[in-house]
Amino acid sequence: FPGLADVSISQDIPVEGEITVPVGSHSPDEDYSTLDEPVKDTIMRDLKAVGKKFVHVMYPRKSSALLRDWDLWGPLVLCVSLALMLQGGSADSKDDGGPQFAEVFVIIWFGAVVITLNSKLLGGTISFFQSLCVLGYCVLPLTVAMLVCRLVLLAGAGTISFIIRLIVVGAMFAWSTLASTAFLADSQPPNRKALVVYPIFLFYFVISWMILTFTPQ
Amino acid sequence: QGGGSAVIDMENMDDTSGSSFEDMGEMHQRMKEEEEEEAEGEAGAGEEEDGEFLGMKGLRGQLGRQVADQMWQVGKRQASRAFSLYANIDILRPYFDVEPVQVRARLLESMIPVKMINFPQKIAGELYGPLMLVFTLVAILLHGMKTSDTIIREGTLMGTAIGTCFGYWLGVSSFMYFLAYLCNAQITMVQMLSLLGYGLFGHCITLFVTYNIHFHSLFYIFWLVVGGLSTLRMVAVLVSRTVGHTQRLILCGTLAALHMLFLLYLHFAYHKVVEGILDTLEGPNMPPFQRVARDIPVVSNAVLNTTAKGIALTL
Repeated sequence: FPGLADVSISQDIPVEGEITVPVGSHSPDEDYSTLDEPVKDTIMRDLKAVGKKFVHVMYPRKSSALLRDWDLWGPLVLCVSLALMLQGGSADSKDDGGPQFAEVFVIIWFGAVVITLNSKLLGGTISFFQSLCVLGYCVLPLTVAMLVCRLVLLAGAGTISFIIRLIVVGAMFAWSTLASTAFLADSQPPNRKALVVYPIFLFYFVISWMILTFTPQ
Repeated sequence: QGGGSAVIDMENMDDTSGSSFEDMGEMHQRMKEEEEEEAEGEAGAGEEEDGEFLGMKGLRGQLGRQVADQMWQVGKRQASRAFSLYANIDILRPYFDVEPVQVRARLLESMIPVKMINFPQKIAGELYGPLMLVFTLVAILLHGMKTSDTIIREGTLMGTAIGTCFGYWLGVSSFMYFLAYLCNAQITMVQMLSLLGYGLFGHCITLFVTYNIHFHSLFYIFWLVVGGLSTLRMVAVLVSRTVGHTQRLILCGTLAALHMLFLLYLHFAYHKVVEGILDTLEGPNMPPFQRVARDIPVVSNAVLNTTAKGIALTL
């Protein structure tokens, strides 16, 4: 090929470099390796994480696992189950006597967002989603109370059942508030804990009120 | 040299400022000399190095520097825009800077009318207390609505409670701020929100007591005493910040009327009326409140039917 004989590189401009593809070292990269595992393993790992957080809520100790690996699966499951159980508490079929599904959903999430913003504005060190995660998980005792209330209401709707329901809901409400306070109040300056606890108290009070006044027809 | 010349001879002007023409000329000359020195220096350095076309390198370096500069500016602008979006929450931060003792003190103070109205009273521009009071009022209202078996068809209990309380706080605050602007009162929007919010403390106490103990006379006593005290406090603070009798009257009359009427509305609209204690409303007229649960569309349907019948009769 005579035409190509003239191709030459000017001697002034040196051309140098390396044409090597860096072979990635086989470091244990988790994201890469979890793509190949079976779906059952992924689901079981997430379920175990959610279950561990449930245990943390029921026995609130000063562990940071709930805060460090936050996830919103647990709060979603709890919120949906609570809203489903609160359905159908109305006098007629067309009536709005009880809270609708959307109402419960919006109250829980909107209330959690307001409390989170409030604690951040008061100078809290916890992040937005961590706080949402804690508040959502601490709805677990109230969901248990709702289950118990529905079972008690199957037996009858008299004064004794109301007293039982009142005691159960009251105890679970106190448990929820104490559990969330144990996690959230630590992130505040010590003299402002009361300012953060009060909205949490109101939030769980409203949810407990919705549970206690639920009467299926 | 002669009078009547319209041209001002600048050279003869005694101008001692630094920007006279002579000085400008001097500065310009000095700058040109410096540039020439720099060019000479660069050229000299360029001659020393071999094989480097300094002119081209100077240009390429300058271009590269400009591109890098532009990229940095764009990046900085994007980052500052994102930060200002996040920093919107920081605008509210100074209004939440309170201690629990301060909140408690302000709650108690909101029931004590001030005596000195001759010089402006201090209003704390804080939003934590009022916000918490509005939410507490929502919770109390829900409790009252449930115990009175209020059934609201075209909405939800929760939505009505939140809408009523927040609507009152924000709406009446804005309206009063507008009136204060018209009447030349010295009060800012945040202060107005704070004042009205703390005034809701009296409402919370009254409703909390009277939703559980259903005595009409008890409610009226609470309405006058507790509602009256918190209204007097707000009115006194506003009066101390306004000049002029007419303006004071307008502002305080409006605020007092709205505040007291709101408490009355909250009590009667969402509260079970027990039949035997209707002594204040009995008379030849039909009592406006029925004993059954409030059922809005039935009333509106009845109104529609009677109106239609009336129109049909007249036609």
